[in-house]
Amino acid sequence: MMAKVVAVTGNEAVAYALRQVNPDVSAAYPITPATDIMQRFTSYVSNGQVKTEMVLAESEHSAMSGCIGASAAGGRVMTATSSQGLALMWEELFIASGSRLPIVMALVNRALSAPLNIHGDHSDGMGARDCGWIQLWSENAQEAYDNTIQAFRIAEHMDVRLPVMVCLDGFIISHSIERMEYIDDDAVKNFVGAFKAVNPLLDIEHPVSYGPLILPDYYMEYRKAHAEVMAKVPGIVLDVAKDFEKIASRKYGLFEAYRLDDAEIGIVILNSAAGTSKDVIDSFREKGIKAGLLKPRLFRPFPYDEIGNELKHLKAVCVLDRADAFGGSYGPLFIDIAASLYPHKNGPVLSNKIYGLGGRDYLPEHAEYAINELVEIAKTGKVKTLKEYIGVRE
Amino acid sequence: MKLKGWKNVNPGAVCTEAGSALQFKTGSWRAYRPRWIEENCIQCLFCWAYCPDMAVNVKDGKMTGFNYDYCKGCGICALECPGKKGNKAIVMEEEGK
Ligand code: SF4
Ligand code: SF4
Repeated sequence: MMAKVVAVTGNEAVAYALRQVNPDVSAAYPITPATDIMQRFTSYVSNGQVKTEMVLAESEHSAMSGCIGASAAGGRVMTATSSQGLALMWEELFIASGSRLPIVMALVNRALSAPLNIHGDHSDGMGARDCGWIQLWSENAQEAYDNTIQAFRIAEHMDVRLPVMVCLDGFIISHSIERMEYIDDDAVKNFVGAFKAVNPLLDIEHPVSYGPLILPDYYMEYRKAHAEVMAKVPGIVLDVAKDFEKIASRKYGLFEAYRLDDAEIGIVILNSAAGTSKDVIDSFREKGIKAGLLKPRLFRPFPYDEIGNELKHLKAVCVLDRADAFGGSYGPLFIDIAASLYPHKNGPVLSNKIYGLGGRDYLPEHAEYAINELVEIAKTGKVKTLKEYIGVRE
Repeated sequence: MKLKGWKNVNPGAVCTEAGSALQFKTGSWRAYRPRWIEENCIQCLFCWAYCPDMAVNVKDGKMTGFNYDYCKGCGICALECPGKKGNKAIVMEEEGK
């Protein structure tokens, strides 16, 4: 097993993974902060390091349409986008998933307009959480790289055949240089394997049509079938992770549980902010406070049973969301965590904090604030504010 | 025809049988019906070429009438039909009249 230690940005790592996978087709349109992934990838194309047919589309709507066409034609396909770009792909996202096309897309998470903002938050990915794609979220460049490689295996699994979005935080991860490990080219190639097309349009001996009209007599059956395929995904994600461990010596699950076993209070948080939170948890542990953390990796389909079981023994849990669900409701991560704990009647007291919108820094003091409050809630069983914006000026 | 359950629908709704649209008769959508007036027909086959479906029957290179199982009554054939000396060979008539 050969690994190369490098210092690279998150985008560089994702582009490197895509070079190693060497997809048949990519259609893309630039948008900050994802631009850099495809810019690097197109250099690989120009330099002959991949054999990918690169389509430079005139919009993200066209980019995703091109990916859908190429995937239906029978190719291994990938792209990358962010924010408004994902928003412009909206209708195509459902067409990709409903047609069961195993496209892989890096989503470099960025806030949505208006007001215009190019920095990291999760409102783009959360807006697309119910579009029938699988979503893997990544804390750092290493996870973004590892998830990208595993995404192809998950998407293309014969029992799945669904598109996968690999999420990483805009700028904080996409543009920051970190130490990480690259896997050997051949090991990645063997791990991903040869692409197996299902019902390819280009097989002219067996003509097929994609996208037929499905009326009320059948539409629900297709939706139910999609929901059932989604239910199989967690098991396959774990199988793929087991295989991946053999080439990378890194373990992946449906989520990361950090110091949770003997914990009394816990934080639930996605992506890069989990790193800061884990540091703060360590310092609370040194003071004898039993805090832990859960960081979802597979966010769609959401592993309700597994996460509920992991958190149910805690006294208090704070869910930190880097996106809000407007309308007086809670943040999107909170809503799913609450649902996962619903069957556990004596489960933890929950609270929700909205942080880091539009790239606002998430600082250790924010995690400290949340944990100090959890200590209080665990003692009294009372929550002062169920949902609160933190790091915001009055 | 017995309808399939969700376990038996084809993944992604992909049609894997060529020409299976034949099994899906769409003529019932029609509100107007094209009527062919043979004596005005010059056999130019414009109707056949313009029909967005394949609802104009042609045999041995000649227009022979309509396939009402699939004709949706859009009227394009009637619009394009040059007919003979200004008399259309296709007219649209309201269904059920
Ligand atoms: S009415 Fe429309 S569908 Fe029917 S035969 Fe004429 S062109 Fe074709
Ligand atoms: S377009 Fe009119 S004239 Fe020409 S073949 Fe059809 S019915 Fe006859």
